[in-house]
Amino acid sequence: MTRTILDPTGERTLAERQPLERPTSLDGLTVGLLNISKPRGDVFLDRIEERLNAIGAKVNRYSKPTFTKPAPVDLRHKIATECQFVIEALAD
Amino acid sequence: MSNLPDGFVVVVKEECATCQTVVPVLRQLADTIELTVYTQDNPDFPANLGARHDGDLTFSWHHDIETVPTLIRVVNGVEVDRTVGWKRGEWERITEVEGLGPKLPPMRPGCGSMSVDPDLVDELRVRFGATTLSSRRVDIADAEDDMEMMFNRGWTDGLPVVPPTEERVMRMLTGTSRASSDIVATVPPDLVDITVEKVAISAVMAGCLPEYLPWVLTAVEAACTDEFNMHGLLATTMPVGPVIICSGPGTRAIGMNSGVNALGQGNRANSTIGRALQLVIRNVGGGRPGEVDKATHGGPGKLGFCFAENDVDSPYGTLAGQLGLEPGVDAITLFAGEGSRCVVDQLSREPDSLARSFAANLQAMHHPKLVLAFDVILVMGPEHARVFADAGWSRDQIMSGITAHLNRPGSELIRGAGGMAEGIPEDFADIPDVPKFREGGLMLAYAGGGAGLFSEIIGGWVNGDVGSKPVSRAVAY
Repeated sequence: MTRTILDPTGERTLAERQPLERPTSLDGLTVGLLNISKPRGDVFLDRIEERLNAIGAKVNRYSKPTFTKPAPVDLRHKIATECQFVIEALAD
Repeated sequence: MSNLPDGFVVVVKEECATCQTVVPVLRQLADTIELTVYTQDNPDFPANLGARHDGDLTFSWHHDIETVPTLIRVVNGVEVDRTVGWKRGEWERITEVEGLGPKLPPMRPGCGSMSVDPDLVDELRVRFGATTLSSRRVDIADAEDDMEMMFNRGWTDGLPVVPPTEERVMRMLTGTSRASSDIVATVPPDLVDITVEKVAISAVMAGCLPEYLPWVLTAVEAACTDEFNMHGLLATTMPVGPVIICSGPGTRAIGMNSGVNALGQGNRANSTIGRALQLVIRNVGGGRPGEVDKATHGGPGKLGFCFAENDVDSPYGTLAGQLGLEPGVDAITLFAGEGSRCVVDQLSREPDSLARSFAANLQAMHHPKLVLAFDVILVMGPEHARVFADAGWSRDQIMSGITAHLNRPGSELIRGAGGMAEGIPEDFADIPDVPKFREGGLMLAYAGGGAGLFSEIIGGWVNGDVGSKPVSRAVAY
């Protein structure tokens, strides 16, 4: 006999998002660098900033208050409104 | 729902001896008042009284018939009076008819209504109430094995789960007064709102009884707070998970174990409450090992680590009390912790000696040179606690007695000291007394069997605002 059970999942409908088109150049564009606040993430991001500046990109730096929690919504909104691209660094 | 016919309603079943006893009374009443008889089993019982057959028990269910016979007086479709069983005085008072059943004894208790028959009640609850459940129905094919199907869908934690049928979920929901559609929390890591119904589904799967549901709901609420930070706890590489410590009279009402083997196997409530929380995190929150969960080794809290404190015998109150809840409250405390490790001290009979033993063991937690970043719960066994109780030490005295031996000079803890690269920053080098724990970082619980000079240390994850704070909540029924 067919048995029926209840779905234990969150039954989410995932919003489908298309990735942005890759730019041919970063010249004049703003890239956000988000440090998740683990030790030595800044070492990695400092080098990335140098490399980005060298190819004409403007760089904004951001940090999460703690690496253990998701970035606060206000920070995410700030990055989204100030940058065209974002790089989030995890270093340990 | 069936409406009540005006006049008088009597619900009977043939199987009930008292119902058979009152048949002459029903005949008397049928001649004098407006009487409607409902029969639950044999449609021809009682003969020649025009009884309506309540074969599907719709009438009995919706009018809360728990005993047969039940006599109800109805005015304008509304019940105004009711009696159960046979009590001549009550029947005469309600019907205002004198001399009922003169040959009958004055009183006979009734029998259980078929609508509350334990063999039928789960099915009836689904028939009359399941429409309130909003989860998607998933059919299991005839040839499919229930358990394997749930493994295949990734819904288990590696152990079999109880299939969450409508019957079982409806029965689970009888454990709370909350509506099944209430939102309980927003579950990480996917940040999905969870209803009481979805919590009940996980509770069924984990093997909980309905009376555990309020504890599971409270655990889910506590876990999904910013202070507790379930997201970080799930994602961390450290071997930690939610440790659930329960106290209050409700722990005894649901049969939790706070004694022999309290932190071990064999007790249904201890084993399933924590598991239900983790099934919520997995199935609703989307937190699965190897995905957001990146634990290097993992630990028992990832499956479910839950026990009760023996607050009746505790010489120093409860952990929840230490965290601010009133004594005697049914309380649940969530702590981001690893598996427990044992403190063996079978020789200390003086409190200071035992406090020093605890301190020496606690110093080693996570790393002897790492301090202040992690909290701890010391679960003292009764034989250790008695050493302090016999000396008249209060909770505060025990804590300060242990803490007095937890300071070390910064020069021994800094990076490189003792030939070990791990340690605290150089800035601490000149501080003479660096405590192992932050203020409030050492917590005390009481559980375990009566024999054994042992206690347990449950080491914590990153504490405070950057990590997790213990969260105590009164259980919401």
